[in-house]
Amino acid sequence: MSDLAKAGLAELALHVASGDVSCREVVAAALARIERGDPKLGAFLTLRAEAALAEASAADAERKAGRARSRLHGLPIAVKDILASPDFETRCGSRILTGFRAPYEATVLRRLREAGLVVLGSTNMDEFAMGGSTENSALAKTRNPWDPTRVPGGSSGGSAVAVAARFVPAALGTDTGGSIRQPAALCGVTGLKPTYGRVSRYGLVAFASSLDQIGPITRSCSDAALLLGVIAGHDPHDATSYPAPAPNWLAALSGNVDGLRIGIPRGFFDGAGADAETMARAREALHVFAGLGAKTVEVELPNSGYGIATYYLICTAEASSNLSRYDGVKYGFRVASQTLDEMYEKTRSEGFGAEVKRRILLGTYVLSAGYYDAYYRKAAQVRTLIRRDFERAFESCDVIASPTTPGPAWPLGERVDDPLQMYLADVFTVTANLAGLPAVSLPCGLAAGRLPVGLQLIGRPLDEATVLRAGDAFQRHTHFHELAPEDSAS
Amino acid sequence: MNITRDTVLYVARLARLRLSDEEVTRMQRDLDAILGYVDTLRELDTTGVPPTTHVLEIATPLRKDAVHDVLPVSEVVRNAPQHDENAMIVPKVLE
Repeated sequence: MSDLAKAGLAELALHVASGDVSCREVVAAALARIERGDPKLGAFLTLRAEAALAEASAADAERKAGRARSRLHGLPIAVKDILASPDFETRCGSRILTGFRAPYEATVLRRLREAGLVVLGSTNMDEFAMGGSTENSALAKTRNPWDPTRVPGGSSGGSAVAVAARFVPAALGTDTGGSIRQPAALCGVTGLKPTYGRVSRYGLVAFASSLDQIGPITRSCSDAALLLGVIAGHDPHDATSYPAPAPNWLAALSGNVDGLRIGIPRGFFDGAGADAETMARAREALHVFAGLGAKTVEVELPNSGYGIATYYLICTAEASSNLSRYDGVKYGFRVASQTLDEMYEKTRSEGFGAEVKRRILLGTYVLSAGYYDAYYRKAAQVRTLIRRDFERAFESCDVIASPTTPGPAWPLGERVDDPLQMYLADVFTVTANLAGLPAVSLPCGLAAGRLPVGLQLIGRPLDEATVLRAGDAFQRHTHFHELAPEDSAS
Repeated sequence: MNITRDTVLYVARLARLRLSDEEVTRMQRDLDAILGYVDTLRELDTTGVPPTTHVLEIATPLRKDAVHDVLPVSEVVRNAPQHDENAMIVPKVLE
């Protein structure tokens, strides 16, 4: 069974297609690993064990009858606690959504179901996806499988842990400023934020609508390509979804990066932005690419230093507006009160955690009369400058490389009292969201203490194919993505 | 940047959040630090730069003006903390 734990989506697909293992066995083994390992790690919030086993058995029957819905029919997956489903509660790691069970299904969940994937349960996250350590969850504590005294990253921490600990071959996360890529880097797995608009957000609980995007967390770029093919594509239910058919990303994985131009932003690899070991692992990864025939070219991203400031103005402004819907009227938690206004205040004050309140206050402030131009409008203008930087840089390169994070996973509790310090950990990831670009984080080795480090590759708009091809070529020649935390796969 | 307690209380009121004294102190400290940091944007000259509010260059799509199935009201109100068959129930707003 340990082989099943190590196998990714594509490999499991071959096993079940050949009949040497049934979908039910694959799902049962995954559930057994979760039951054994998750009490220590806290990746999952809900498990739908019985329903999952029934779906797996049904998948076996359909496959046997020659009616496989897709290559992935009957394979297990986990999803972040932020997607609407009539099958299980969606709580966004928050008290305020206690008991909420959506009357409709998120488009990505429908697509998973139509492809026959079996959702094992929902995973822990920072409340409303606000945070970089999953410590802002009101519901559970999640630990990094490489060192359980450390954070898993966030906000999709539960999904990254579920994949890293070999509980499931794949999971869905969401990324507003790095929330797929950063936990993927800190947990030693592959995480892809697709182009803004590539994946429908119908049924995704909104945090910052001009930035949010759903994407896969997997063990490899080829699995990410496979899963992206399932979830991507136009959706009339999401007016921001891109009106073009999803290409076949798997077919783009040629293994060839000969002549690929990798942009190195001036200053990013000079030492100030990340710790020495993280920088060393990222540089070594560039050497691997050079050995495969890729060329590095220096590019300028002169406004990237303003990314964090721009991001935290825009995302808090949008969040303050989006989260006004939690008022105790329509769903979830309510504090009974004499008047409507008192009910709003008490419900929101007791229902939201500290970081969510902080961001609502900040967003309300920057949108308030007298400050809108100085903050929100200014940030939206700098966002244009950051987009233009990328447009110019992509005239001379095909992907842009950097470390994913400034350092590896830090001890639990270390940054909870310093929000600004927590925000600065997003320095390499937020600009891809501001510009709407696809970006992947690949495991590129370990730092001291056996802590994973990630390399980020950012691509042109809608060019997931090139970042995935580059990442896949790297993974064909390295073993970092196959490294597992010592004891969780046993 | 100088965020006062009164500013925190004013913004909290706008956002329908009620903060304890301790929370006000903490939020005042945090907002002051964060706004101090984001003030670095003032260094940039953005005269004449159009704001980006949306990165995708697609036109707002229009659907056909046709009747289609929607969720029954009983399903929609089911999640309300207090509801009957077709309405969400809230404290009295009119005397």
